[in-house]
Amino acid sequence: MPKVVLDWLYVGVFAVVGVVLAVVPLVVVWLLAPRLSLPQKRLTYESGVVPFGQAWAQFNVRYYLFALVFVVFDVEVIYLYPWAIVFRQLGAFAFYEMVIFLGILLVGLAYAWRKGALEWV
Amino acid sequence: MGELAAFIVLSLVILIPAVIVVTSRNIVRSALSLVPTFLGVTGFYIMLQAEFVAGIQVLIYAGAITVLILFVIMLTEGGSGVDVRQMNEQVPLGATAALWLAFLILVVLFRTQWPAASGQPPAYNAATIGSAFLSSYVLIFEVTSLVLLLSLIGAIVIARREE
Amino acid sequence: MSTFVEILKAIGLAVLIFTFLAVVGAMYGVYLERKISGWIQVRYGPMHVGRWGLLQTIADTIKLLQKEHITPRRADVMIFNTAPIIVAVAGLLDWVVIPFGTGFGRYLVVRDINIGVVYFAAMASLTVIGILTAGWASNNKYALLGGLRSASQMISYEIPLALGLLWAAMIAGTLSTVGIVEAQRGGWFLFKVPPLGFLAALLFLAAATAEVNRVPFDLPEAESELVAGYFAEYTGMRFALFQLGEYAEMYAMSAMAAILFLGGWLEPNMPQWVWALLGIGALAMAAFIRFSVLRQVMLVRPILALAVLGAVICGLMVLGIGLGRTPVLPSIVWFFIKLFALVFFLMWMRWTYPRLRLDQLLNLSWKVLLPVGLLNILLTGLLLTVAQ
Repeated sequence: MPKVVLDWLYVGVFAVVGVVLAVVPLVVVWLLAPRLSLPQKRLTYESGVVPFGQAWAQFNVRYYLFALVFVVFDVEVIYLYPWAIVFRQLGAFAFYEMVIFLGILLVGLAYAWRKGALEWV
Repeated sequence: MGELAAFIVLSLVILIPAVIVVTSRNIVRSALSLVPTFLGVTGFYIMLQAEFVAGIQVLIYAGAITVLILFVIMLTEGGSGVDVRQMNEQVPLGATAALWLAFLILVVLFRTQWPAASGQPPAYNAATIGSAFLSSYVLIFEVTSLVLLLSLIGAIVIARREE
Repeated sequence: MSTFVEILKAIGLAVLIFTFLAVVGAMYGVYLERKISGWIQVRYGPMHVGRWGLLQTIADTIKLLQKEHITPRRADVMIFNTAPIIVAVAGLLDWVVIPFGTGFGRYLVVRDINIGVVYFAAMASLTVIGILTAGWASNNKYALLGGLRSASQMISYEIPLALGLLWAAMIAGTLSTVGIVEAQRGGWFLFKVPPLGFLAALLFLAAATAEVNRVPFDLPEAESELVAGYFAEYTGMRFALFQLGEYAEMYAMSAMAAILFLGGWLEPNMPQWVWALLGIGALAMAAFIRFSVLRQVMLVRPILALAVLGAVICGLMVLGIGLGRTPVLPSIVWFFIKLFALVFFLMWMRWTYPRLRLDQLLNLSWKVLLPVGLLNILLTGLLLTVAQ
């Protein structure tokens, strides 16, 4: 079996075993813990006050903007990974190509900064 | 034999949550079912020994895009747990079209001679990918940065316009 | 049937690492945290349960196992239950690429994945989904707010984290964690290309602290602000699973920082006289603590213990180098020394810095760490290209 497949097979097994082992204490609790169902217990927590209003409130667009800028820069970082390990073998040209790439994206960052997409208030 | 079993398991991991994505009436559950789909695709990339692409698939799709989708859902009404209507009056028409398309694809699939690949799959590791896009595909690489820039600017413009 | 054997090995290792994380990471991590917090605050921390309170977390775990699982009304039960498992498993999966040392003729790592560093970043980003869904599934506006804020914080710091990882990968020329440590045989990356090495390490540590929601970046779960943030509605063992995931990830980040910048399991390559000097210094400090007026201050005892330990290690090194043995101490010992030093540093930071407000936090990430990180990479790239 090729190394790559074996490596990730281990990852898959780890994930499955992790889920099983994480569920074990939950099962123990299910066996041991009391289960007294009172309506007051199931009220959502609001520092002792009975909660009113819906659990969903109008959220600002700023969460979306952060997630968006994050996705763009995450994709950029992905290009940096292979570059980082081969750029030395490929000469100066490879370095300048990445400078251009990062430069264009820094323009994007500056734009987002100026337009207030990175503000939280 | 093992490969076939792996293929079937991965296909189930991809297809069943995909059906849930499309038919579930709870939109958050629908969005979360995307995660096993993405992870199943990662499995396929591993079977093709494309390790770097598999890592990226988890990083970007299951990590970033799912989070983005969840943020968007929580910004809209769907986040309050209101049931979403997934079916409308055009279901019979849509089903017919889909079945017809599936039939056509299956016919083509079984009529074509698929030559079996010989030898090893080409190396898809990070080093070869890096060398490739820094030498042969450098123009595409730079254009990608422009595409990213455009999507960033476009999305910011659209999102800010609502204020 | 060697696939079957491999699967059995994988299961065995998974159980081993999960147990290690649950016991050393979470249980004793919590104990360490409480003790260290106590000493910094001039008090003892847990003392009653077992000698020096060592059995405290075991008692706490037994208690938690008997607590009722309360599900809030109208919470999405399936998602509510899955969220803590996602966080715990993501914390466990981080450890597949962490090498503990060398021994028995091979590297002591579960699997040396070729893209180890990318894999690590990917697993760190899976935790965000668990946290976001936990906040949403609780049907509690404060939990939801906490979840959204925590998620925003974590995704904002993932890029500087990746830039730190990337810097080390650049210098080493490989994405594999084992490869990065091996590349540090000639000197730790912390000291490479000074001061860029320090800068990259600082960047990584700051981002790692934010990823694990620790002070000064713990606003989303600040006990005094949003109650417990995204896990407000989680009782008993489900809460413990979140803690397990967070502590496992904190240890994983410390381990990764040790691997990337402090040479992982490699022994520090210093001449004998340096070790001798350090040993004498440690002994002097221990003597000072023990025999001066300070000895009446009970709380300096742990420092005394650490000083004595340091002196012993230096002494062993002096002896070992004199006898011509290299390396003197087993690699796994060095790995754990570095790991716990960083964990201590993280816990120390908790009581040293005030908490950052969320907008300050996000500004720090996007307007300071990201440009600085990118500049660091460009400068290092330039220096490496020119050096040829």
